[in-house]
Amino acid sequence: MQKKLNLTEFNSDTLALVRQIIKRYPEGRQKSALLPVLHIAQAENNGWLSAETMDYVASLLDLQPIEVYEVASFYSMFNLQAVGNCVIEVCQTGPCWLNGAEELLAHFEKRLGIKPGETTPDGRFTLKTVECLAACGNAPVIQVGTEYHENLTPQKADVLLDKWQEENKISHTNPYLL
Amino acid sequence: MATQILLNNIDVPGLANFEVYRQLGGYSSVVKTLKNLTPDQVTGEVTKSGLRGRGGAGFPAGMKWGFIDKKSEKPRYFVCNFDESEPGTFKDRYIGQRNPHQLIEGMILGAYALGAGSAYIYVRGELFYVLRIIEKAIEEAYKQGFLGQNILGSGYSLDLYCQPGAGAYICGEETALLESLEGKRGNPRIKPPFPALVGLYGCPTVVNNVETIAALPWILNNGGEAYAAIGVENSKGTKLISACGHIKKPGVYEIELGLPVEEFIYSDEYCGGIRNGHKLKAVVAGGSSVPILPASLILKTAAGEPRLMSYESLSEGGFQSGTMLGSGGFIVMDETTCIVKNLLTFARFYHHESCGQCSPCREGTSWMEKILHRIENGQGTMKDIDLLVSVSKHIEGNTICPLGDAAAWPVASAIRHFREEFEEHVKLQKCPF
Amino acid sequence: MPLLKVTIDTIEVEVEAGTTIMNAARQIGGSVVPPAMCYYSKLEGSGGKCRTCLVKVSRSSSKDIRPLPKLVAACRTAVQDGMVVQNTTSPEVMESRQAITEFLLLNHPLDCPVCDQAGECHLQDLSYEHGLEDTNTVEERRTFEPVDIGDYIKLHMNRCILCYRCVMVADQLTDKRVHGVLGRGDHSEIGTHISKAIDNDFSGNMIDVCPVGALTDKTFRFKSRVWFTKPLDAHRECPTCSGKTAIWMKGSEILRVTGRKDKYGELEEYICNDCRFHHKDASDWIIEGPRAIERHSVISQNHYEKLKTPGTTEPEF
Repeated sequence: MQKKLNLTEFNSDTLALVRQIIKRYPEGRQKSALLPVLHIAQAENNGWLSAETMDYVASLLDLQPIEVYEVASFYSMFNLQAVGNCVIEVCQTGPCWLNGAEELLAHFEKRLGIKPGETTPDGRFTLKTVECLAACGNAPVIQVGTEYHENLTPQKADVLLDKWQEENKISHTNPYLL
Repeated sequence: MATQILLNNIDVPGLANFEVYRQLGGYSSVVKTLKNLTPDQVTGEVTKSGLRGRGGAGFPAGMKWGFIDKKSEKPRYFVCNFDESEPGTFKDRYIGQRNPHQLIEGMILGAYALGAGSAYIYVRGELFYVLRIIEKAIEEAYKQGFLGQNILGSGYSLDLYCQPGAGAYICGEETALLESLEGKRGNPRIKPPFPALVGLYGCPTVVNNVETIAALPWILNNGGEAYAAIGVENSKGTKLISACGHIKKPGVYEIELGLPVEEFIYSDEYCGGIRNGHKLKAVVAGGSSVPILPASLILKTAAGEPRLMSYESLSEGGFQSGTMLGSGGFIVMDETTCIVKNLLTFARFYHHESCGQCSPCREGTSWMEKILHRIENGQGTMKDIDLLVSVSKHIEGNTICPLGDAAAWPVASAIRHFREEFEEHVKLQKCPF
Repeated sequence: MPLLKVTIDTIEVEVEAGTTIMNAARQIGGSVVPPAMCYYSKLEGSGGKCRTCLVKVSRSSSKDIRPLPKLVAACRTAVQDGMVVQNTTSPEVMESRQAITEFLLLNHPLDCPVCDQAGECHLQDLSYEHGLEDTNTVEERRTFEPVDIGDYIKLHMNRCILCYRCVMVADQLTDKRVHGVLGRGDHSEIGTHISKAIDNDFSGNMIDVCPVGALTDKTFRFKSRVWFTKPLDAHRECPTCSGKTAIWMKGSEILRVTGRKDKYGELEEYICNDCRFHHKDASDWIIEGPRAIERHSVISQNHYEKLKTPGTTEPEF
């Protein structure tokens, strides 16, 4: 299992990025940077936001910690519990369901031996269900980090899983470095 | 072939690069507008075009711009709503990822018309890779002098930024989007005041959908009248329809408003008909929020007229026998589809996405999902069906923002048109599909 | 500025520009006043959330005689001159109010018999007046364990209706708020995320603004039903607040201290925690006299104003 991180300081490159983001908003409106900075913090903290990490973000943006908790707990992309290296998010809304999302999800559950919301004992994979990813024309769809994988079948999922297994896929990367 | 305004060059390789886009005539509307037109003239052209908000509500864009508080001494903001999250809708992603400069060009025109010095494109967090494509295009536009100080020597300056969401459908509601852009929870604001008076940071603000903004360069290049010459009634111009479900050719299509629904579903130019030799059962024509219609009512109105892809024709018959154009998310279902199960996935969606601020939506969306879950799994009663109707009725119109209506309409319409299927679930004590 | 005329349930009243329908109705008083579970006139930005005050505007103004297409929140809608509003005279309003009461009760435990708020609970009042006799729901309610937030306040999240008042009062009284609304939708809850004590001289006011029994005074928990206590206006010299409070006595004992509330349950003034939690001795207070309680309130059942002087009453059997 991957070590649980408690990131409480960004490196200088990341800090420079954060400062650049804060400049996008008028003076005194640095709270606007909260969502972008939480994305970065989560990526650098192994894919989740610990209380300590959020407290650090609060201090960077001159906010009360509760303001960060309130926001982080509102948005579904922020994980407030530790996750595996590779988080697989399976869309289950109408259009994906019409195109076999249930079978696809069942396949992931079987292959990984876990239910949605769980992480494999080796800490490699976390399975999540999500709502509409806005790629309904290529359903069913999954998201892994910043990647979309579309028109999936259980067979295609196997190919992806084998690849991720082999390369020890890490899905959380700083999205601004894309 | 219908006029292509938005997808004209969508398949050109490298379109996301400035040079390629510029060579195809990109940014010429900015050159022309900043040189020849006053901001009010730009608004005038957009009003003349009859362009309506493409995010789903269909509010006339020119009129929305006209509401902006020009007396206020506060800065004004122009914001692009790229929080595309309505199930069945995937048109904005197509523009953003393939043709980001068209969106940027439209942003410059809109911001100029409104007198905004800063503009933001709010992109749903899941589409971060699209956000990065747009950010790179923005960088190019700055380098080429189309953004930043004194654009093309016109004296007009504009800064444009992308802002990520982080997983919340509700942020597609414009005031929730503004809250989110301020770094807060995406709770919709209580209106009035509307954003045109009190928007981002309390300043006058206009929020428009990606597709609306992407249509602006063509309108300014060709004139509002040319745009208004396309389409029918008050459905002017072209519309992106994202088609999905049990069709042969799912994808994003640009249609001239007024195209017959039958042609859209069956012609090879568009959906190509129902796949696997199946028959059409039902369509959700404008994103998951609009009423579902059975095959008979989507192809023809209750009066027997052919149904057209237009704001007016799709809503012909009201909610009794009509629906809405909405966002253009066109979900097609064949006869193998369980309407109850499909509805359950929608109900789960709205439950998941309710912000929880007002009680009818917070409690009602969760309740509807639970009742539907019961019916789908064979534990429902006939009384449950009526209860669902009553819960949906009591959410509708009673909430702070339209998410309540959006959750209620699919439930009410599915029972209105497919009641026997719900009853069958109850009688058989299981899903018949 | 000329006054604006507004008619609510056939009663006309003149109000200042900017007045909401709710406050115009409060100027009239009585049954035309819509219930308010989240609105609190002293809390900036409150209201609009619970939807219990939805009313029908059957005429927008003297200039625009059209009705508004949807019911509107009385607490967040400004009156226009010539506006005609229907509250209890509109069957549509009464139906939606009943439905909203049902929504609010959907996840609210029916634990009034063991809830300290019983007798002064706004949700209890609302359900007596607008609730269904029967229930439509067979669903399980969401449940939480009660937690201490701070030394003197118990949070019973099961009972919370997410009115946001306690968050707003904290925002108003401190710039270092530590609790807030966490989560989304029906998973939202009031909390501190990591257990943190709410440590602020005025935190006890959260209890007073809570319309239900979600936030209760730990120094009063399970001591007595409120209707067995007698409220008195009292004050003391206090360096932190005005010291003007209501003390709730049983015999010679002070069971609790609260702020003074008006007939809409709103505090006249915020009081400090020292007055509220640490002065339970009658000698701490200068008693001004009995506190007026609305006659319909269950609290008045045991109020000495009802007692008649000996000699003038018939003996009771």
